Amino acid sequence: MVPLSWYMFLSMVVFTIGVFGFLSRRNIIIMFMSIELMLNAVNINLISLSHYLQDMRGQILAFFVIAVAAAEAAIGLAIVIALFRNKATVHVDEVKEMRG
Amino acid sequence: MIQELFFAYFAFAIVVLSILVITRRNPVHSVLWMLLLFFHIASLYLFLNAEFMAAIQIIVYAGGILVLFLFVVLLMNIREEVRINKFIGAWPTGFTFAAGLLVVIIMSIKSFIVAPPGIYSIDLIKQETHTKALGKLLYTEFLYPFEVASLILLVAIIGAIVLAKRRLKH
Repeated sequence: MVPLSWYMFLSMVVFTIGVFGFLSRRNIIIMFMSIELMLNAVNINLISLSHYLQDMRGQILAFFVIAVAAAEAAIGLAIVIALFRNKATVHVDEVKEMRG
Repeated sequence: MIQELFFAYFAFAIVVLSILVITRRNPVHSVLWMLLLFFHIASLYLFLNAEFMAAIQIIVYAGGILVLFLFVVLLMNIREEVRINKFIGAWPTGFTFAAGLLVVIIMSIKSFIVAPPGIYSIDLIKQETHTKALGKLLYTEFLYPFEVASLILLVAIIGAIVLAKRRLKH
């Protein structure tokens, strides 16, 4: 049987990769994909804990995380389309109207 | 032994694929690597006796969200994207922050205390089937959050249409 801490370690590493991608990519679509990566890391953690603690609630929580991720992707990509229509760019460092 | 080998393969593949997703220059390649990543994560869920979650992972993520990403990626100018630098100037700050976060989370795992096991043992789930056990819990104890999730999806549909539609000229 694979120990629980291996799954938690995998989840941490994937989450950290997602954080790095979100903080350092220039393209806003890849930033959204990094958010999906972080949510997937959380789901791995929740489902492995649900299996090892023999409780179904972790999977229910992962279910809701997936539903919210779908909503977040739809809204986020609509914002990207609105941004692209107004500024004709998807690079976060070229959108600087709010800089003082 | 064979379980550890399988887990080692999937963990290695998931980590390598997530690094590929965030470092590819061409966004279409990123989306396609992410498709492979989601299939690997779904097979990890199969190890954990969560067949329904594996199916949902493939249907919702690979079938829904990634197609949405692919459509939006087609909007932008790939030729310009391939030419310019893919990271922002302050990427070492992001790397330092992410590495520090990893160290802090790894240190926090030592204080993790395993709770007493619940009633959903593997035998019970096998006897009742996974989808039925999940559905029973979802439609009784978690009915109210389930309705709230449907409201969130409705708001997402309306919000996406309002944000993405063209302004009417007047």
